[in-house]
Amino acid sequence: MLVLSRKKGESIWLDDQTEITISEIKGDQVRIAIKAPKNITILRGELRKEISESNTEAVKIDNFIDFLKHEKK
Amino acid sequence: MKIQSIILGETEASESEILTFDNGMPGFENEKNFILLPIEGNEVYQILQSINSKEVGFITANPYLFTDEYNFNLDESTVEALNIESEKDIIVLTIVTVKEPFNTSTVNLKAPIIINTKSRKAKQCILENADYPIRYSIETNLQKAKG
Repeated sequence: MLVLSRKKGESIWLDDQTEITISEIKGDQVRIAIKAPKNITILRGELRKEISESNTEAVKIDNFIDFLKHEKK
Repeated sequence: MKIQSIILGETEASESEILTFDNGMPGFENEKNFILLPIEGNEVYQILQSINSKEVGFITANPYLFTDEYNFNLDESTVEALNIESEKDIIVLTIVTVKEPFNTSTVNLKAPIIINTKSRKAKQCILENADYPIRYSIETNLQKAKG
């Protein structure tokens, strides 16, 4: 993993079309401005994590087999 | 081709039915190929089964069986990634998290599965700007879903 230090107002480019700028630093919070093409999906990490956890929970489907058996009776 | 499913056991499917998730799904980034399997005797639920890992199978359903108010715009990245040309080529599914007893199960309205039936490409879209729950109780609408 690449780790870079940036100051307020400085930015990072990903390829030629995506620019990430540190727009504000206040205490333990950083505001980030992202300029990217519309076909780039931007998501907060915690939301993706929540979906990932929900998916992992959803593949545990042993209960469903019981449900189906019950339905057939 | 033969598909192994933890729920249905060994089942036969056509290669032309394979759905490609280019980037997998959150939590399952390496599972790129799935197939939608019907459940005999059950019209409501289908299994979205990985063709490579029999233990990776999701129970899915039509979200509109559980809620009437479900509208969202597909973002440009999805339209592009799935080569969507027409709205009528799209199927929307919701993933069911099965709980015991079954009527306490939930569906994930925050991250529907979008399938382009024409290109056979699919993606789990996370609706960041829409206020839908990741765990929406199916209990109140279960009777309706049973039809």
